[in-house]
Amino acid sequence: MSKLNKNDNKYIITYAVIMTLVFGSVLALVALALKPKQDAEVLLEKQNFILKAALGEETVSSMSDLEITALYNETVKTVVVKSDGEKSEISEASVNVFKEYKKPKDIRELPVYQVYDINDANKIIAYVFPVYGKGLWDFIWGYVAVESDLATIGGLVLDHKGETPGLGARITEQGVQNRFIGKKIFNEAGELDPPHFQKGEGNSYEGAHQVDGLSGATITAVGVNNMLDDYLAMYKSFINAQK
Amino acid sequence: MSTETIENTKQGVEVAKPTEPLLSKKRKQLLTNPLDEDNPITIQVLGICSALAVTVALKPTFVMAIAVTAVLVLANVVISALRKTIPNRIRIIVQLVVVASLVAIVDQVLKAYSYDIWKELSVFIGLIITNCIVMGRLEAFALGNKPWDAFLDGLGNSFGYAWIILAIAFFRELFGSGKLFGYQVMPDSYIGNGVMMSPAGACLLLGLIIWVVRSKSGYVED
Repeated sequence: MSKLNKNDNKYIITYAVIMTLVFGSVLALVALALKPKQDAEVLLEKQNFILKAALGEETVSSMSDLEITALYNETVKTVVVKSDGEKSEISEASVNVFKEYKKPKDIRELPVYQVYDINDANKIIAYVFPVYGKGLWDFIWGYVAVESDLATIGGLVLDHKGETPGLGARITEQGVQNRFIGKKIFNEAGELDPPHFQKGEGNSYEGAHQVDGLSGATITAVGVNNMLDDYLAMYKSFINAQK
Repeated sequence: MSTETIENTKQGVEVAKPTEPLLSKKRKQLLTNPLDEDNPITIQVLGICSALAVTVALKPTFVMAIAVTAVLVLANVVISALRKTIPNRIRIIVQLVVVASLVAIVDQVLKAYSYDIWKELSVFIGLIITNCIVMGRLEAFALGNKPWDAFLDGLGNSFGYAWIILAIAFFRELFGSGKLFGYQVMPDSYIGNGVMMSPAGACLLLGLIIWVVRSKSGYVED
């Protein structure tokens, strides 16, 4: 080795190629080995979000990962519907909400998570609908839980990919998400009218369709409003069929 | 051995003789100097970006400190072990490949075993690649020294980085949200200080820490 000229082009190119191969394979191996664990974490987060939306943050945040999975498996039943309310043949596990988001609305597969009472296997306490949309910088998504009256929002969980910290990213804060609890998705005439973030922040709204807004995060807030409008409109046929 | 080795031309700090004990005085200094006299943040003012960005609370800061330690120590050791083979003309690229691979591994491990914190830190984990402390130590030390010395140097510098960002996070979390490691320590009536929650608060705190450390050590910029 010591006889090699390290400034020789051949040496440099060989060195670069070998280095690329070695580090490339190491990275590929690590990614492959960790994939199952990462997928499990993503699944757990989904279960966590769905239960949080349906049962409230206090109930779920004190539970361990194993308890969450156990409760989810026991109380959550899923169906997949189309926007006309018809049941789809596909199972929930094969639906990726992000991939569905890119399809036209009328052919999207829409999963519904029906959360049952732990003590009464026939009583549904909430329907949880996944929602997906665009924020300011990137995608935002969440789970909206509608109570068994099919009109009142029982909980909302929001998450995002790249909203501005301290502004748009505040949609993940519990206090912000709690503003939606108790609001109605239908107006008195029975038309769909999901609650919306209003302009400005620090106001209290008595109305069943208005929510205190996010100061400095107008576009993210509008994104949340649009996301709720779009997805609840698609789920409307399913909701009406349950009544 | 080719005469092109960087070690003698680079810094002239090849300290290790065959008989030198594992923790000789010089080697202890590799470990302890970066904590105060030659601290990467307060003296060299490197790695400021992440020091301001990830220090809102202690828990993510702690994970960030561990991630930087892992990357810096391993990169130092790998580069130091390869130092006699690395062609001088592509040494920066080689360093980048090593650092980027290590960062990608840390990122994947965090995603698998600490998903919540991974989500919180994700962008900044990626940015460890550009943390000047890492590249700085590789260029200035690992290319010219033996792996064990590079290991100690990496450890010393990451601890120097870690204690500063942990100190900032301690004050930011305490005064910003009244908590430490997520546990409420201030009375419930305490209203969080908004400045502490923003990067501007971190900048103020960092300025104060640099002031205190430099006035103690008497360090003056040339």
